[in-house]
Amino acid sequence: MYGFEALTFNIHGGYLEAIVRGHRAGLLTAADYNNLCQCETLDDIKMHLSATEYGPYLQNEPSPLHTTTIVEKCTLKLVDDYKHMLCQATEPLSTFLEYITYGHMIDNVVLIVTGTLHERDVQELLEKCHPLGMFDSIATLAVAQNMRELYRLVLVDTPLAPYFSECITSEDLDDMNIEIMRNTLYKAYLEDFYKFCQKLGGATAEIMSDLLAFEADRRAVNITINSIGTELTRDDRRKLYSNFGLLYPYGHEELAICEDIDQVRGAMEKYPPYQSIFAKLSYGESQMLDKAFYEEEVKRLCLAFEQQFHYAVFFAYMRLREQEIRNLMWISECVAQNQKSRVHDSVVFIF
Amino acid sequence: MVGDASSWSRALVKISPYTFSAVGIAVAIGVSVLGAAWGIYITGSSLIGAAIKAPRITSKNLISWSLNHLSVIFCEAVAIYGVIVAIILQTKLESVPSSSIYAPESLRAGYAIFASGIIVGFANLVCGLCVGIIGSSCALSDAQNSSLFVKILVIEIFGSALGLFGVIVGIIMSAQATWPSKV
Repeated sequence: MYGFEALTFNIHGGYLEAIVRGHRAGLLTAADYNNLCQCETLDDIKMHLSATEYGPYLQNEPSPLHTTTIVEKCTLKLVDDYKHMLCQATEPLSTFLEYITYGHMIDNVVLIVTGTLHERDVQELLEKCHPLGMFDSIATLAVAQNMRELYRLVLVDTPLAPYFSECITSEDLDDMNIEIMRNTLYKAYLEDFYKFCQKLGGATAEIMSDLLAFEADRRAVNITINSIGTELTRDDRRKLYSNFGLLYPYGHEELAICEDIDQVRGAMEKYPPYQSIFAKLSYGESQMLDKAFYEEEVKRLCLAFEQQFHYAVFFAYMRLREQEIRNLMWISECVAQNQKSRVHDSVVFIF
Repeated sequence: MVGDASSWSRALVKISPYTFSAVGIAVAIGVSVLGAAWGIYITGSSLIGAAIKAPRITSKNLISWSLNHLSVIFCEAVAIYGVIVAIILQTKLESVPSSSIYAPESLRAGYAIFASGIIVGFANLVCGLCVGIIGSSCALSDAQNSSLFVKILVIEIFGSALGLFGVIVGIIMSAQATWPSKV
């Protein structure tokens, strides 16, 4: 019943929606970032963060601090928020929240498999995994030799299993295959998430389809740029694009045949929302593209909070926190390595 | 005017005016309370959740209540309207001799009380929903930015006035309910 969620949404979602909005108020503001950018040492950063919601997580950390500790503790805070919300959630919100973590799961699987391929220690790899994307049998991923084994031995019990149907091959795992696997999985995941949101209907479907379409388009552009000059054929590249979003289907046809960054730009500039992103970049430049996309994403995520009685606020909060942790990581790295002039290069202000 | 034995027009005339009156009174209070309860849960669930990260929205200080309780009180007022009108309506009920129960004047009184109850009940239902939803938004926005509270409260006051319109019309309508005098 579109427009009438207001009457029934609060039965299951009202309390949690209010909580997530409370968490959102704890996100760092531009003033906080300005203070953080002034810091001289990591201990200064810790001192500034102690006044924020990260305070309790950092207060018992002994000096000298490392960047990884700060990031780890900030991620811990996000995970605690998430787990708290997941405990309180009822259907269909709990499924919605679980969907948010699948992206991390895919990244973790790829991280472990790639790491094993390069003969790294599994324990060391596990420490690098994002805690939101952990599942029970993740450590056993290292034994798999090819996609089929990977699926049969480990992933069949995880929520990722349905996404594997498109990429089960008996080929040995190599860097190229793994990257294709990551993108195929991600495509299937985004499409599934999109379908799920459409099923929920109402404002959730409306806002989430916008956010997910942006995500899908961004991935399409990234796949295109990263595959320029590799042996990936046009048809294979075309297969990695998700079947929804603003670029689907005609934009995908154009992206599939692009051979350099300026052609990508030409294809994207036909779409008004992306025109403004590419307008910020000078010709032939792709390094700043990530930041431009992140800025646009943050803008859209913040807009999700302008409506009430829908689930997209949970997605938006998780994504904004992740962006904030990326910002903190960048600032801490810059401070730790005495590169303070570059601190503004990659920080995306949220408010 | 009265049709076949099985027609609607006959059924309406042959149902006792007391039945109509009783149903009208029941709807007046029942549906009003439904609206009030619905509104309070919409407001309350958001208010409690928002208060976790911003406790100031539920307690300004120890003595006075927080302004946010006004949202709940506005919803509660809707239930009180229902109670008042139900009491007013039930005082309109008078016993008439069984010979004049189906007299036109009795029928008119029955319908008047019935219609009055329906008006008040449903006006209060939508009023309760309206106030509840605004109250929920009000709690959430107050938690983010306390300067928004008064602005949203004004909207909420206008919302809660809707229920009063129903009450006024209902009371005027019930004034029509005069039963045939006992001879």
